[in-house]
Amino acid sequence: MTAEADVIIVGGGLMGAATAFFLRCRGRSVILLERGLVGQQASGVNFGNVRRQGRFLPQLPLANRSREIWGRLKELLGEDAEFLVSGHIRVSFRPEEVGRLEQYAEAARPYGLDLELISGNALRARFPYLSVNALAGSFSPNDGHANPRLAAPAFARAAVRLGALVFENTEVASITKAGTDFVVEASSGEQFRAPILQISAGAWGAALARQFGEAVPHEPRGPQMAVTEPLPYAIAPVIGVFSGVLEEGIYLRQVTRGNIVFGGGRRGPALPDTIRAYVDPANTLRQLKELRRIVPALAALRVIRTWSGIEGYIEDDIPVIGPSAKIAGLYYAFGFCGHGFQLGPGVGDVMAELIDKGATTTPIAPFHISRFAAPQ
Amino acid sequence: MIVGAGPAGARAAERLVEAGLRPVVVDEARQSGGQIYRRQPRQFRRPPARLYGFEAKKATALHRMFDALVPRIDYRPETLAWNIYEGAIHLQRGTQSEALRFDALIIGSGATDRIMPLPGWTLPGVYSLGGAQIALKAQACAIGARPVFLGTGPLLYLVAYQYAGAGAPPAAVLDISPFSRRLAALPSLSARPSMLAKGLYYSAWLAAHRIPMLSSITPLSIEGEGRVKGVRFRDARGNERKIAGDAVGLGYGLRSETQLADLARADFAFDSLSRQFLPVTDEDGRSSVPGIYLAGDGARIAGADAAELAGRLAACAVLADLGRSVPAAETATLRRRLARLARFRAGLERAFPWPAHLAASLPDETLVCRCEAITAGEIRRAASALGAPEVNRAKALVRAGMGRCQGRYCGLAGAEVLAAARGVPLGEVGRLRGQAPVKPLPVAIESVAS
Repeated sequence: MTAEADVIIVGGGLMGAATAFFLRCRGRSVILLERGLVGQQASGVNFGNVRRQGRFLPQLPLANRSREIWGRLKELLGEDAEFLVSGHIRVSFRPEEVGRLEQYAEAARPYGLDLELISGNALRARFPYLSVNALAGSFSPNDGHANPRLAAPAFARAAVRLGALVFENTEVASITKAGTDFVVEASSGEQFRAPILQISAGAWGAALARQFGEAVPHEPRGPQMAVTEPLPYAIAPVIGVFSGVLEEGIYLRQVTRGNIVFGGGRRGPALPDTIRAYVDPANTLRQLKELRRIVPALAALRVIRTWSGIEGYIEDDIPVIGPSAKIAGLYYAFGFCGHGFQLGPGVGDVMAELIDKGATTTPIAPFHISRFAAPQ
Repeated sequence: MIVGAGPAGARAAERLVEAGLRPVVVDEARQSGGQIYRRQPRQFRRPPARLYGFEAKKATALHRMFDALVPRIDYRPETLAWNIYEGAIHLQRGTQSEALRFDALIIGSGATDRIMPLPGWTLPGVYSLGGAQIALKAQACAIGARPVFLGTGPLLYLVAYQYAGAGAPPAAVLDISPFSRRLAALPSLSARPSMLAKGLYYSAWLAAHRIPMLSSITPLSIEGEGRVKGVRFRDARGNERKIAGDAVGLGYGLRSETQLADLARADFAFDSLSRQFLPVTDEDGRSSVPGIYLAGDGARIAGADAAELAGRLAACAVLADLGRSVPAAETATLRRRLARLARFRAGLERAFPWPAHLAASLPDETLVCRCEAITAGEIRRAASALGAPEVNRAKALVRAGMGRCQGRYCGLAGAEVLAAARGVPLGEVGRLRGQAPVKPLPVAIESVAS
């Protein structure tokens, strides 16, 4: 059997599912191929941060576009993936780093991201659960969090309702270009054909790009996530620690059901070949120490579950987004380095625009794959 | 390294000590004995015959053996093995966590009750059968003055007998299995005449004491508001009936505690007899992972006597794999005796089958995952509208099995509901992946160096 469409998307994570949805909104026919189930890896296991502050500044226009879509999820998809505009606070415990929070707030303002700096007693009065040792915080009122387990499947279901063809449990065996068309063969023997191909295969994206002669220095790693038992809902904002010390960089959020979800610090091992990633218990123990430091009252709780998944990290810590530098009709959106969840809806919208119109109104040049091309 | 100081772990430790080793024995309980030979608090004075009935001699023998072993092992009671990662086991005691590397690990993690939910099963006053028994055995507490025991399995009759003896005569014993199935299983059950005789004795005793015992019943609900008032069910003829009682002991046999084997990355396979995924082992207890051994009910439900043999046999396998000599006759005898117990076990599974069929008829509003308050209807929505083909996906989408117990209590029933809703065999919906910690871990925990 050969299925044909305007666009084939390889990889059913949040990027692929959102692109499929927005392509259908633009009337393009689309085939989405996913090896397992939609949103099972990085898209489904991440922390669930819908955070703009702290990002690489040239990424803020894309993050802003994405944030706008997050706010319309219910209207677009019929469900909101538990998106909550809770605010996000970055907290600093080190006097020498407080100044950097201020510098970032200053630099982010031209991008339309207004951050409120709060310090000392004012910080503790407003967020009384924070440690007395927290020196300063940068508060982003319109950021928030959502449920990563729900977001990508919600986009995929909405795309299917609009006519997208989503093939789960479909592993890509080969991709060839025949004339102007890409022909994708699945290991099941099924064939898919389209003049446009998007690679949004997360940690596996770089391997596919290499097949097209575009090498990207990358490494697969696993986030180290955990969740506590529930307690009455009291902590609205997402809290992240701003620190130059890797182990101190913990983040946490309370879901309305009451559990505290947390992660951060060192990353764990990820094995793309067996599709498994693990939580190193030493990392969990380190995180707990940090957790107690940030919100001391959490010491009374218990952790009920830890988990990981496979994320693709690129050498310069920003993703690959945009057209191929070598092959006409080929597009990339992969390697989101552990910060892709917030961007997902925006990336889907931008990729659909780029594929449909040949250009996008949101600047994405810094993410072009050509940045890794060997000097000519 | 041995996890568990029940029959399997204790006998494994004994065999390793005989060979001149000094194993670490980690156990969650304050005292050794496991669940079946669980000891009463030290200040309690009931004699063993009161606590363990016909099994008093076995219980006492195991306790004495282990107590004598303590000076020759590194025994760590009140300690949870919360994770296994890259050749080390992570142990929690209080607010301390310690990682210990091991040459070999024998997991004797035991079992918990196997529960099929029904409307009202989360009412105060409803206990698992095993929980009801432990309350009596360890604490001399009854779950109620007139309890109803509901479910199936040999434990149903034993616990009813023990409650009657303790002065809390059951209002009824309601068994979902048909009497005819128990008759049909007699040939396999006669592999262990004395066990069979004990089972028959409990029923005969209950009958002689006019405790109502009904077979082939279909449970409908546990009634009451804020507290158990009774059980509603259909009898063998299809008539709806109610029995009043102030507590319910509910259970359908046991399920193996397999998370540690899973965290050790052992292979699992679907076992059609018990309708659960179990770690794959050879006949001596070697898992698919070198250095990881399984023994007792944590590997496969076979009861306490089999656990003692399997513990010893796994220890023999460890010794052999470490290059020490083990008499061939010893392993041969242990294997032979275990095989006989396995025949008996297969008979029990046939006599008292797990009521998979009840999952399909559970009302939509019945809670299945009580930690997260997820109903059968939600799991069915995951199966149909959300397209979840297997249990981990259902968990991700509707939180079934995502709470404190990590699916240890609801996982098997939830899988049955999902399989029934999708119209596929149970083995196709998979099993919940084990995720550390094995049980909730204090945030206050500190890492200590070994």
